[in-house]
Amino acid sequence: MILALLIILPLAAGPLAWLTGRWSRSAPRWISLAAMALDLALAVALWIHGPMETSWGWIPQLGIGFTLSLDGLSILMVALTAFLGVIAVAASWKEIKDRVGFFHFNLMWTLAGITGVFLASDLLLFYFFWELMLVPMYFLFLWGQEKRSAAGMKFLIYTQSSGLLMLLAILVLYFMHAGATGVYTFDYAALLQTPAAGPAANMLMFGFFIAFAVKMGVPPFHGWLPDAYTHAPTAGTLLLAGLMAKTGAYGLLRFVLPLFPEQALQFAPMGMALGAAAILYGGLMAFSQTDLKRMVAYTSISHMGFVLLGIFAPTAQSQQGAVILMLGHGAATGALFVMAGALQERLGTRELGRMGGLWETAPRMGGTMLFLALALMGLPGTANFIGEFLVLVGAWRTSIPLATVAALGMILSVIYALWMIQRVFQGPNRENWKFPDFSLRETVAAAAMIGVVLWIGLYPKPISTAAGPVLDRTMPRADLSAQDEGGEP
Amino acid sequence: MTFRDLLPLLPLMLPALTAVAILLLLAFHRSHRLTAWLAAGGLAAALLLIPFACEGAPRRFGALLVVDGCALFYTGIIMAAALAVAAFSYGYLARRRGHVEEFYVLLLLATTGGAVLTASSHFATFFLGLEVLTVALYTLIAYERGAFGIEAGVKYLVLAAVSTAALLFGVALIYAELGTMEFSKIASLLDAGAPVSLLMPAGVALILVGVGFKLALTPFHLWAPDVYQGAPAPTAAFLSTVSKGAVFAAAMRYLVPLDLPSHRSLWLAVAALAVVSMLAGNLLALRQGNIRRVLAYSSIAHMGYLAAMLLTGSPLATAAAMFYLLAYFVTSLGAWGVIAALSEKEGDAERIEDYRGLAGRHPWLAGALTLMLLSLAGMPLTAGFISKFFLLTAGVEGRLWAPMAALLLGSAIGIFYYVRIIAMLFAPQEDAPPVRATHWAAGAAIGALVLLLIALGVYPAPVLAIIQSLIAASS
Repeated sequence: MILALLIILPLAAGPLAWLTGRWSRSAPRWISLAAMALDLALAVALWIHGPMETSWGWIPQLGIGFTLSLDGLSILMVALTAFLGVIAVAASWKEIKDRVGFFHFNLMWTLAGITGVFLASDLLLFYFFWELMLVPMYFLFLWGQEKRSAAGMKFLIYTQSSGLLMLLAILVLYFMHAGATGVYTFDYAALLQTPAAGPAANMLMFGFFIAFAVKMGVPPFHGWLPDAYTHAPTAGTLLLAGLMAKTGAYGLLRFVLPLFPEQALQFAPMGMALGAAAILYGGLMAFSQTDLKRMVAYTSISHMGFVLLGIFAPTAQSQQGAVILMLGHGAATGALFVMAGALQERLGTRELGRMGGLWETAPRMGGTMLFLALALMGLPGTANFIGEFLVLVGAWRTSIPLATVAALGMILSVIYALWMIQRVFQGPNRENWKFPDFSLRETVAAAAMIGVVLWIGLYPKPISTAAGPVLDRTMPRADLSAQDEGGEP
Repeated sequence: MTFRDLLPLLPLMLPALTAVAILLLLAFHRSHRLTAWLAAGGLAAALLLIPFACEGAPRRFGALLVVDGCALFYTGIIMAAALAVAAFSYGYLARRRGHVEEFYVLLLLATTGGAVLTASSHFATFFLGLEVLTVALYTLIAYERGAFGIEAGVKYLVLAAVSTAALLFGVALIYAELGTMEFSKIASLLDAGAPVSLLMPAGVALILVGVGFKLALTPFHLWAPDVYQGAPAPTAAFLSTVSKGAVFAAAMRYLVPLDLPSHRSLWLAVAALAVVSMLAGNLLALRQGNIRRVLAYSSIAHMGYLAAMLLTGSPLATAAAMFYLLAYFVTSLGAWGVIAALSEKEGDAERIEDYRGLAGRHPWLAGALTLMLLSLAGMPLTAGFISKFFLLTAGVEGRLWAPMAALLLGSAIGIFYYVRIIAMLFAPQEDAPPVRATHWAAGAAIGALVLLLIALGVYPAPVLAIIQSLIAASS
C-alpha cells in the first residue's frame, strides 16, 4: 500500500491542482509542491526501510497483477523522481502563467507515470506506466517554446511507436514463457526464472532495447531529442532529461540484461560501441550549437552514452558507475536546464551569441553555472566524476579501444563546458544585459541540486550499497577472470 | 409456447414493438418529447431484460435464430448504443425544423435489424436482419440535412444495393452447392469433407464482399467518408457502431464455425482485407481536414484490427474481439456524441479548424473528446489501451505476424492524426463564438460513456470474466 501511495500522491494531486486552478493561480503550485515533498519524504523513509513488495490482482484471466516492488535500484530512481519533481514545480513557479492548474495536472501525472515505471514488477503494468507518462508529457509541450507542437508530436510518435515494439516483445515473451512452463503470467519475477532462448530471443531483446534506446536518446534513435529538449518548457525538459532518459537506462538494467542474459552478452560489444559513439557524437554536436538549451541537450546525449557504455560493459564497477552517473546527470544536467530556462526567462533568448559578460549582473547564476560546468566535465568531487571514472574502469576491462574513445569524450566535455561558461558569463556584455540575479526560490533549488551532485561525488557509498547487491544478483557477467587484475573497488 | 420460452427473444422484439407503438401514436398525436421517451423506454426495457434472457439461453428458434450468451451480449451493447444515439438525437433534432419523430421509428427498426443479425443462424435471418437495418439506414442518413444528406443517402443506397446483390448471389451459390442455408450445417458439411466445386469459394467470396462493404473494409470502403460526412451526427454514430458491430457479430458467427485457418485461400482473403484496411484507413486519415472523415477512416482501420480476430477463432480471439467491439462502441459513440452536441442549426461542427480552442470554451466536451480520441489511439487509462492489448495478445497467440505488424504500424500512424485534433482542442483562440448549453440527455450519455471508458481502461477484469463465461457457455 505504501508503494502504491508513491504513485497515488501525484495521481491525486493532479486533478486537485486542476480543479483549484480555476480559482487560484498559486494553489496548484502549492498542492503539487506538497505532493512531491511528501513523495520525497516517503521515498527517503523507504530507502532507510529497505526492499518491499505489494501485489494485487488486476486482470487475473491473463495473469496480470498490479505488482509493485521496491529494491535498491528502484528506490534510487524513485527518490530522484520525487526530488526532481520538487525542483520541477519550483522551476515553473514564475514561468507558467496561464492554465496553471492544467499544467500542474500534467506535471503530476507525468511524474506518477515515471514513478510507476520504476516500481512496476509486472511487465504489462510496466508498459502501462510507460505509456501513461506520454500523453501528459505531450501536453506539457503546450507551454513550450517556438516549435513546441512539432517537437511534442515528434516525441510522442518516436516514443509511442518504439513502445509498441516493446509491447509486442513482451507478448511474445509471455507466450514463450507459457509454452515452456504452462503458466500464463506477466510477473517479472516469474519471467526471470525462464530465460528466453533461441533465435527469437534476439528479436525480443531488440524490441526492448529500441524502446529504451529511444528514451535515452542513443543515436541513431535520438531524432526527437534535440527538438524536444529545446522546445519543452523548463519543467518539461527537466522531466525529459532528468527522468525519462533514466527510465530507458533503468529499463536496460531491469529488463534487457536480466531477461535476456545470453543475448545481451552477445550484443554487449555493439551496445558499448553505440555508447561510445553517442559520447563522441553528443560531444561534437554540443560543440557546434548556438542555442544554449540545444547544446545542453547534446551534452545529455553524450552522458547517456556513458551510461550505455557502463551498462553494457557488464562489469560490477561500470554498472555501478552507470547508476551513479544516472543520478548525477539527473541532478547536474537537470540543473543546467533549469539554468537555461532561468536565463531565457530573463533574456528572452537562448542564443549563445547574444549572451556574454553576464557574471557582473548575476554572480549567483554565474557561480552556479560554473559549478555545473565543472560537474559536466567530470571534475573530481562531483557525482559525474565518480560515475564516469567507474564506467571507464569497467569498460577498460572489457574493451580497451572503446574505453579510450570514451575517455576522448571526456576531453571534449572539458572543451564544451568551459566554452559554454566563456560564452555566457565571461567576455564583454555586448548587449548590456541587466536583470535580477537568482531569487531565493531559485537559489534554494540550485543549491539543492548542487548539494546532491556534491554529496554523491564525495560520499557515493549509500548509492553503491543500495544498487550494488541488486546489480550483482540480477546481471549477467562476462567472464573476465583471464584479464582480471584488480579487485572490487 | 409459454412466456418463459419467449423470454430470450423479448430483447429482440421490444424495439420492433416500440416502433409500432410510436407509429400508432404518431397517427393522432405528434410530440417529439413523448416519442423520444417512448423510444428510450423501449430500448432501456430491452436492455434490462437481457440478464433475464440470459437465464433461458442458449435457445434455438427453429433453424432461424439462436439466442445464446454471445448473441445477447451483442444485442445488449447494440441496445445500449441505440439508447445513447437516441439521447444524442433529442438535442440534435430539437434544433432542426420539420418532422423529427419518425427518426426514432427508423432508429428502432434499424436496431431491431441489428439485433436479429447477431442472433441469426441461417442465411434467411441473416439477410432479413441486414435488410431491415440497411433500409432504415437509407432514410436515417438522408434525414434532415439538405443536399449533402440526400447525396450521402443515395450513395449509400446504390452501393448497399450492389453489395446486397453480391451477398445474395453468394448465398445462392452456396445453397446450390450444399443444399442448406444453416450456418452450422454448412460448417459440418464442410468438416465432413463434402466435395465442393468452384461454386463454393465463389459464393464465400461474394459474401465477403457484402460483409466487407458493411464493415467498410478496404477496398469496399469508398462510401464511408462521404456518408459519414453527409449523415446527421447521431446517424453517423449509429452507422459506425451498431451497423458495423451487428454485421461483425454475424460474420463472427458465420466464419468461426468454418474454422478459417484450415481454408487457406479464404484465410488469406480475410487477412488481406484486414491488413489493407488497417494501413489504408490510417494513411488516408492523415490528410483529412474534416473530423467526420477522420473518424470514418479511423473506423475503417479499427474494423481492420477487428477483422484480424476472425483469423484465429481461438476463444481468446473471440473474447478479445468482443471486448474490442465493446470498447470501440463506447469510444466511437462518445466521439460522435460530442460532435452531435456541438452541431448548430446550420451545419454540423465538422472542420477540424472548428474545434480550435474548444478546451477554453467548453472544457467538459473537450475533455470528453480528448479521452475518446486517446482511447482510439490506444492510450492507457482508457478502454482503447486494454482492448488493443487484448487484440495483440490474441494475435500473438495465433501467430498472426503480418496483421499484428500492420496493427502496430497503423497505431503508430494513428497517433499523429488523433493527437493533431487534440492539439487543436487545446490551441489558444481569441474570438470564441458563444457557447450553447448541451442538452442534458446528451450530456448524461456522454458522461456515462466517459465513465465507462475509464472503468474499462482501469479495471477490465469483471467485464472480461463475463465475456469469457459467455463464450464458454456458447461453445
